[in-house]
Amino acid sequence: MSLKRKDLLGIQDMSVEEINLVLETAESFKEVSGRDIKKVPTLRGKTVVNLFFEPSTRTRTSFELAAKRLSADVINFAVSASSVSKGETLLDTARNIEAMQADFIVLRHPMAGAPNILAKLLRASIVNAGDGGHEHPTQALLDLYTLREKKRAFKGLRLAIVGDIAHSRVARSNIYALTKLGAEVRVIGPPTMMPLEVERLGVKVFYDLDEGLRGVDVIMMLRLQLERQGIALFPSIREYSRLYCLTPERVTLAAPDALVMHPGPINRGVEIAPEVADSVSSVILDQVTNGVAVRMAVLYLLSGGK
Amino acid sequence: MSVLIKNGRVIDPGRINGPADVLIENGTIAAVGSGLKAPAGATVIDATGKWVLPGFVDLHVHFREPGFEYKETIATGAAAAVAGGFTSVCCMPNTQPVNDNQSITEFILDKAKAAGLANVFPIGAITKGSEGKELAEFGDLKKAGCVAVSDDGKPVMNGMVMRRALEYARAFDLPVVDHCECTHLSEGGCMHEGQVATEMGLHGIPSASEDVMVARNLALAELTGGRLHLAHLSTAGSVRMVREAKARGIRVTAEACPHHFLLTEEAVREFNTNAKMNPPLRSRKDVDAVKAGLKDGTIDVIATDHAPHAAFEKEREFDYAPFGIVGLETAWGLALVLAEEGVLTVEQVVSALTIQPARAFGLAKGTLAVGADADVTIVDPEAQWVVDPGQFKSKGRNTPFAGWKLKGRVVSTLVGGRVVHP
Repeated sequence: MSLKRKDLLGIQDMSVEEINLVLETAESFKEVSGRDIKKVPTLRGKTVVNLFFEPSTRTRTSFELAAKRLSADVINFAVSASSVSKGETLLDTARNIEAMQADFIVLRHPMAGAPNILAKLLRASIVNAGDGGHEHPTQALLDLYTLREKKRAFKGLRLAIVGDIAHSRVARSNIYALTKLGAEVRVIGPPTMMPLEVERLGVKVFYDLDEGLRGVDVIMMLRLQLERQGIALFPSIREYSRLYCLTPERVTLAAPDALVMHPGPINRGVEIAPEVADSVSSVILDQVTNGVAVRMAVLYLLSGGK
Repeated sequence: MSVLIKNGRVIDPGRINGPADVLIENGTIAAVGSGLKAPAGATVIDATGKWVLPGFVDLHVHFREPGFEYKETIATGAAAAVAGGFTSVCCMPNTQPVNDNQSITEFILDKAKAAGLANVFPIGAITKGSEGKELAEFGDLKKAGCVAVSDDGKPVMNGMVMRRALEYARAFDLPVVDHCECTHLSEGGCMHEGQVATEMGLHGIPSASEDVMVARNLALAELTGGRLHLAHLSTAGSVRMVREAKARGIRVTAEACPHHFLLTEEAVREFNTNAKMNPPLRSRKDVDAVKAGLKDGTIDVIATDHAPHAAFEKEREFDYAPFGIVGLETAWGLALVLAEEGVLTVEQVVSALTIQPARAFGLAKGTLAVGADADVTIVDPEAQWVVDPGQFKSKGRNTPFAGWKLKGRVVSTLVGGRVVHP
């Protein structure tokens, strides 16, 4: 089995079958990560380049571990904003990397659509590790994997995504994935954080957290981008926190066995209360563990699944 | 030097629309009528099956010289113009340095004269350096040959500066052209704010950023009695407000570009940087409103906003790619789509490309009246062709219309009685 595509750019253009294939494949790779010797020879001789135009320890490390556990050679190529301003374009940088015979380029970039440009013009497989406010497909896939472990069926699952929906690639990828799979998706946040016509993505919009959380099976918190405050999406962190912080009291509004998720890194006390992050309902660390397995599956399936 | 264009259908809006010959003597129109005889030694052009039109007039082009010659020069821009049937073009002042003084205006006119193709009419800056602060010297600019003033590429954000520009320009009867965009509302935006931007996670430019500036400009035109021309209208709100303002007698003219009446925000999908321009491609509702505005005369003029960029500049992240597309060599075929769709008659399409723009800027162009400059465009209305940017005379290949099948092609262009294309 393999994904009949060169690149993984987003969830929006993936079929339900492709999503399920990734999730099923990830299951066997999760078993690998649990072994004493956490390595299979699947991608021996292949080269994976992590090309990161934004700082990200978590996602980069997860991809690096995934590639290494598949026996690929991994190069981390962090591009600081300063070297971009020296004038080399994204395409030139990527062409140089491809000239060194990279088989995979895992790209993290602050601008939406950056991986789409590379996918069109390069032979290497491009894996989107987050592009601006567009998509973060492997995050959504690892979220799905975690949900499947804990909740089984997606159909009819009630799920709330809370935070800055407008600027969140995690929100977009999850909305595309979960609506495809038949879940009921709510988005919760202040109107300044809702993109125009978001209802047309098939979600229900709530401005009031308490109202939106009522009866949901899963609460997915988004990281508040504190650096975005200049744009004045909200008057103060204090007010944001009062209105949208997930507290233990608010968790009780959801279904009794509700799960709490967060893509990390978390701002304790801002969007999520410490006791919620550390509670039994929190699956935040399961998400991290599953991330490696899901990324192994993605690399394996894009390589032809042989 | 005489030229006789025989056997064509002459369409000179408001004057003639039917079979006729056109006689040109010494660079001006000597006669239009049937059965004209060629004087001894005259060049005869057989226009059987063709339409003979006044040369097109484009109020909005960017020729990039001085400063950005790698994108376009006045010579390559003028070659693109005549290839597209445009005999007169008005070039925006956002060069480097900005055309805010007599010497840059003269430089442009010298280069245009050396190219010897289209008539090039410079537009001077509204403010020094187009910085939006102090007025440029309109008197000098007019004397040097500028036909309008604009800070295009940027709006005039300060309402008082715009007020003074509209007032002061009255002394020289210069139209003041504004690119209507509130830069606070559009900050960081790179496409229309709507469903497609929401799906793609791109920062949006709301329709309101244009609407609020159109509203302000109309109020200032009413206050000052100045001659206001609104560049590239793209929103339903703009069209509605201009319609209302015209009904109340405010002195305003407006233009629309082919991409704003033929394409929607959908063209941006796949992060197509050749569909990135400012104002952005908007919603279906806006496109329909722009068409309705052309139909009822709210929008007077079809202009191209010809904005060439180098390929490497467009092969970039969508946010980083520059705004703008080329338009001179596709405008006629695209404008004719309006006739095919029944939005405008052929005569109205011709009018929006000739006499209407000429009137908006007070240019003695856009007509085949006896005594007028012999700027003539001959088109084959039946010729089918496929847009191939590789064939453009412009240095810019940045068009979202590559591969489009169009009907109606420019076959010959005359400027001052001289064949300049092909």
